[in-house]
Amino acid sequence: MATKQAEKKQDGAQVGTERVKKALPQMLKGGVIMDVVNAEQAKIAEESGACAVMALERVPADIRADGGVARMSDPELVSKIIESVSIPVMAKARIGHFVEAQILESLGVDCIDESEVLTPADEEFHIDKHKFTIPFVCGARNLGEALRRIGEGAAMMRTKGEAGTGDVVEAVRHARAILGAIKKLQVMPDEELMTYARDLGAPYELVKKVKEEGKLPVVNFAAGGIATPADAALLMQLGVDGVFVGSGIFKSGNPLKRAQAIVKATTYFNDPEVLADVSRNLGEPMVGRTAQSLSPEETLAVRGW
Amino acid sequence: MSNPLVGVLAIQGDFAEHRHAIEQAGARSAEIRHLRDLEKIDALIIPGGESTTINKFDDNFGGQVFATLNDCAKNGMPIYGTCMGSIVLATHIEGREQRSTGLMDITVRRNAYGPQKKSFETYLDIKELGAEPFLAIFIRAPQIVSVGSGVTVMATVNDTIAMARQKNILVTTFHPEITSDMRVHEYFLSMIKKPEAPATATPALALSK
Repeated sequence: MATKQAEKKQDGAQVGTERVKKALPQMLKGGVIMDVVNAEQAKIAEESGACAVMALERVPADIRADGGVARMSDPELVSKIIESVSIPVMAKARIGHFVEAQILESLGVDCIDESEVLTPADEEFHIDKHKFTIPFVCGARNLGEALRRIGEGAAMMRTKGEAGTGDVVEAVRHARAILGAIKKLQVMPDEELMTYARDLGAPYELVKKVKEEGKLPVVNFAAGGIATPADAALLMQLGVDGVFVGSGIFKSGNPLKRAQAIVKATTYFNDPEVLADVSRNLGEPMVGRTAQSLSPEETLAVRGW
Repeated sequence: MSNPLVGVLAIQGDFAEHRHAIEQAGARSAEIRHLRDLEKIDALIIPGGESTTINKFDDNFGGQVFATLNDCAKNGMPIYGTCMGSIVLATHIEGREQRSTGLMDITVRRNAYGPQKKSFETYLDIKELGAEPFLAIFIRAPQIVSVGSGVTVMATVNDTIAMARQKNILVTTFHPEITSDMRVHEYFLSMIKKPEAPATATPALALSK
């Protein structure tokens, strides 16, 4: 089985080390990772300049509309997407469902998203991500949650936001919560760190490391509700390393054009003239739904802890 | 040249890590997002990332970016490409129709080691960087499968080429910018000070795997 960490190859080369796992997301920085449900969409995403694609059975907006249990995609679909593009392919596993993760790793996906968008398989425990050769990305609403996931071996973080709504408010809330807590930590006296770690519910060593470095020890993207180029640039200006766009592209009127615009907005996030230019005539955005209008059982971000 | 300004292509990829590394090595750095940004710099780094996204940069400026890079290179500006950057600089990309600047006489194979689960780290002997082996991290890396007669091979991994130089153009298929060892970036800075061709050139060799 390929899930043994840091397998030693005969020639002295090592796969699956922490460094190798954390490095893949570093190469994705400044880019847009797009949800795709088939090979055709994956090709459109690649053509538009996506730095990676996320393979899933249904985009979050459809998962919301259809209801029922949302699971890992059909391996056949994942394999077809892997064959169709040269950029990295990610795929989602349910929270705590380490067997779905083992299957995805064996298929050759480049990164696994242990995602609250799918129906959780375990309400108490997340996957032990250290055991895998490939990196994981996980969602978080605040610094404590991010550091718990990193403690379990996540090599990349993203805000949870509120997927499938087209409402950016929750992604903004989570990005501000994480980045704000890091700023607060940097001016905190060392003797307060243990108590702060206890209050966050986060490993002390990671809290200390974040204070020293002034940033998370892994790449941090925004996700959940990003639907326009301006949304992407907003999160980039707040200080994330890149963005995920889920339903926002293929639920819009002109996916290719919108995808290209969001890619450009993520590169030129600090340039309002470029942002104005790429935001022109994009056609219909996805039909949004305010995050506030969701009933508690419709809220995805509360899945996981 | 003291305190040179090194531009890092900042369209997508780990450009922040390259800026940090080249500053640690003793240079100033600047992010390159517009054609005009290329005018003021002494050297250029093309970082790791996805080569398909870099072609968008060329598209954004009407295909003039690759032409400008060609002019810069002909005028002797040192250019260093890591991983994806080596694809952007290659004359040939195996089995695929993809634009590149064609500044270096090499043939590259994209994602040559396979998906991320095959990505690896290892120590390389790089004579020009001294006796201490260099920690090289390969992420969905390409391979340089053959080089032209003007290209010097500087490092190999499993009989495939991982680092090479042709006059003022340098490529590595691995990522020195994500380690704390600055020797590759220091070597690149030395190319600004001494823009001459390398002293020795190995004859053309074609490796297959």
